[in-house]
Amino acid sequence: MSSDKLTVEEREDTVPMSELHQHHSPSGRHFKTYFLILLVVIFSPLGNVLLSSGMKQVGPMTFHSASEFFGVFVRVFTSGAIWLGIASLFVYFISYMLVLSWADYSYVQPSTAMGYVIVALLGHFVLHETVTPLRWIGVSLIFLGVLVVGHTPPRTTGHS
Amino acid sequence: MLKELVLLFLIVFAGTGGELCVTRAMKKIGEVKDFRPASLAQTIFRALRVGWMWLGVALMALAFFSLLGMLSLESVSFVVPVTALNYVAGALGGKFLLGERVMGHRWAGVFLVCIGVTCVFFSRR
Repeated sequence: MSSDKLTVEEREDTVPMSELHQHHSPSGRHFKTYFLILLVVIFSPLGNVLLSSGMKQVGPMTFHSASEFFGVFVRVFTSGAIWLGIASLFVYFISYMLVLSWADYSYVQPSTAMGYVIVALLGHFVLHETVTPLRWIGVSLIFLGVLVVGHTPPRTTGHS
Repeated sequence: MLKELVLLFLIVFAGTGGELCVTRAMKKIGEVKDFRPASLAQTIFRALRVGWMWLGVALMALAFFSLLGMLSLESVSFVVPVTALNYVAGALGGKFLLGERVMGHRWAGVFLVCIGVTCVFFSRR
């Protein structure tokens, strides 16, 4: 992979050095990585919070009859908050896929762990949910657990 | 209570199952190297011809609607943390379905997630 990249860069010897630095410098890649991780950290909890506030407006999902089901379906897909939530989760998903195409899984994983803490903070401060001390303890343990899970080699199969 | 447990089960198992199916479908297609719109569209069309992709998308859609159902009943600071059970399902599925070697400290992480989810579950009012 890295040798392929080298040959590509070697072939670009007609490109001015200044331009090469803009596209291939480590700081440029760091910026790109941090920027996408920032998008992951922001848009995953934001999406869930928007879906939550949308669903609170829609009301509980009950499926006692076909017409009731259809009514819920229409209310869900005509809610602005739901669509904003879906758009946020879409931004999260694309950023996550892109950053994983070059960054290590164990490097990106802490950002998804952080999502659990941020969603509890947003629930508390934006949606005014009651977050009890026991729930904060639980969320912190999940954060730690996800960090530990992510700190293992991403691949254990396929090597002999 | 039973409704919440069924929805949680669907979010975790349909979600993880969907990701496994999509992964399997994408591995059949092969690594995506060309990101030009025309070839991306071609990749999508090829993906749609793989049965695993349809199953994966159906399971992920089921997980998404279960998430919406759960969010209509419970607060987001409850729902999102309990869905961290995905990591437990992932470790178990990786070990028993895909034959991955799951290391000692990964089990420690999974154990921490389990305790955390239990705390969040009992914080429900």
